[in-house]
Amino acid sequence: MNTYFHSVELEVDKCCGCTNCLKRCPTEAIRIRDGKAHILSERCIDCGECIRICPHHAKKAHSLELEDIKKFKYNVAIPAPALYAQFNNLDNVNIVLTGLKAVGFNDVFEVSRAAELVSEATRKIIKEKKSKLPLISSACPAVVRLIKIRFPELCENVLPLLAPIEVAAKIARKEAIEKTGLKSEEIGVFFISPCPAKVTEIHTPNSVEKSACNGAIGISRIYPELTKAMDHLDFKDIEPLSRSGLIGIGWATSGGESAGILRDKYLAADGIENVIKILEDLEDEHIRGLEFVELNACSGGCVGGVLTVENPYVAQARIQKLRKYLPVTLNHLEDDDIDNMNWENELKFDADIFRLSDDIVKAMEMMDEMESIYKDLPHLDCGSCGSPTCRAMAEDIVKGEAKETDCIHKLKAQIQSVYDQLKGTL
Amino acid sequence: MSAIHLHYDVSGDDFTRAGEASGSVKKRLKSLGYDSDAIRRVAIAMYEAEINMVIHAEGGFCDVDIYPDKVEILLSDKGPGIPDVEKAMQEGYSTAPDNVRSLGFGAGMGLPNIKKYSDEMKIETTIGVGTNLYLTINVHNE
Ligand SMILES: Nc1ncnc2c1ncn2[C@@H]1O[C@H](COP(=O)(O)OP(=O)(O)O)[C@@H](O)[C@H]1O
Ligand code: SF4
Ligand code: SF4
Ligand code: SF4
Ligand SMILES: [Mg+2]
Repeated sequence: MNTYFHSVELEVDKCCGCTNCLKRCPTEAIRIRDGKAHILSERCIDCGECIRICPHHAKKAHSLELEDIKKFKYNVAIPAPALYAQFNNLDNVNIVLTGLKAVGFNDVFEVSRAAELVSEATRKIIKEKKSKLPLISSACPAVVRLIKIRFPELCENVLPLLAPIEVAAKIARKEAIEKTGLKSEEIGVFFISPCPAKVTEIHTPNSVEKSACNGAIGISRIYPELTKAMDHLDFKDIEPLSRSGLIGIGWATSGGESAGILRDKYLAADGIENVIKILEDLEDEHIRGLEFVELNACSGGCVGGVLTVENPYVAQARIQKLRKYLPVTLNHLEDDDIDNMNWENELKFDADIFRLSDDIVKAMEMMDEMESIYKDLPHLDCGSCGSPTCRAMAEDIVKGEAKETDCIHKLKAQIQSVYDQLKGTL
Repeated sequence: MSAIHLHYDVSGDDFTRAGEASGSVKKRLKSLGYDSDAIRRVAIAMYEAEINMVIHAEGGFCDVDIYPDKVEILLSDKGPGIPDVEKAMQEGYSTAPDNVRSLGFGAGMGLPNIKKYSDEMKIETTIGVGTNLYLTINVHNE
């Protein structure tokens, strides 16, 4: 089995095995064994749901610290537009961008600028009918990974364009090299991230061999220092760094990417449960006639990412306000831009993750056994055995990863029968 | 072993539950590592037939046999039967009442799509007794 890098991790000491996360995980990637949660690495899509729900703060997202940028001679921050929604009464994005320079970055490049290029390139693909429709947005890595492990028939529909962070990182790196004359390895490009999924995507990308980004710092991690720096800025210090229109900034919230398509046959869904429902319906062709489908794992879109600080709905309202007086778009594709924006690798379905065996006859035998084990389980889906449902438990038993007496109801019945027998002999 | 046998009762009075059987079969086929094109065709054909049982026939049951190379499905109901099968098979033909159409069903594409996505299709129907729909979906080796 492959070992995958994940940014979602467990702090074992804090976990008390309460099963809250077990039931919440959309891919049934969590098991509780010996009283502690474990993540089945190959099934995890880094959606962050388990971090959101854990009442004991035992799940955390791995992200870098401001300290980490010091390894490079020259550093560029590439902030997600969701960052702009984290500050009360902000009316000028330049304050945030100048703040990023004040906390230690040499330069900034907004991801929203790259988003406008991706929007334009998507419009082109739809117009020239170059891809299978509907196109499914490739911007949320949790969604892309979900499709990769669960929806074989939809892999082809995923928009074959790099996500805005990757495009932004490429451009930022190129500009920094030109500006400073430094070598690429002397330049650090850091994403200011709303979520663990993006952290993972930078580390082990689906779309490229190696990300142009060196790492990601969570918004919540940088927030205290950044707000302090912003408070200390003098009006005259604020640099005119922002070059995003309303399309780019709109990407922070659900529906923003779709709005950038400038066409009406689209659907935008957010929140992982809704996303799964839409993917099922697309696969079964219950939804037809669309050109574009925007899916965000987090409620509200990236402003709902688990590494943000503000409530997603408040954040959404702030994004609306910030966009209001901006021009539609400030970034346009140049001749060969689009060639540098394609995925290097095709998105391939990973068949191994959910199938019982790669031999269908063997898989059928296992399923038959599963059905008979399942019949004997109490169908309470209580999670006390450490598997998320009785059905998942039956599967775990067949795979040899759990035993029937891990079910406390089964164990109780067994103890009762031993007790009854003993009583009979006394 | 030769086949996995699954049985589902399809409730006739709840639209929101139509699709439960086809959804469950789809999930199992995915765990078996079944050919994804065959899964898609099973899911689409079976869903349409399930919906028909709900809107035209007050429910029934559904038997599914999964073999390594094909899926056989029987959808059986004790509904009114289909008076003119040939007509019912035509694209766009529907007797669905308005209240059903307002829910987005009744486009008259169900049976034609079932035919399109299955490899074999047989309808046994008797007026006043009910309808049995037999479907076979083969794994097409490319
Ligand atoms: N199980 C069934 N029992 C009775 N009539 C049926 C059944 N399935 C289909 N029909 C008839 O065949 C017609 C065409 O079916 P279909 O192509 O699925 O279109 P729709 O369901 O949209 O009406 C239906 O309108 C109905 O009159
Ligand atoms: S929610 Fe999960 S990680 Fe958190 S304490 Fe409970 S079992 Fe452990
Ligand atoms: S991050 Fe999401 S997919 Fe991964 S274990 Fe947590 S809930 Fe499951
Ligand atoms: S919706 Fe945005 S914030 Fe949430 S997981 Fe996807 S990319 Fe990250
Ligand atoms: Mg129908």
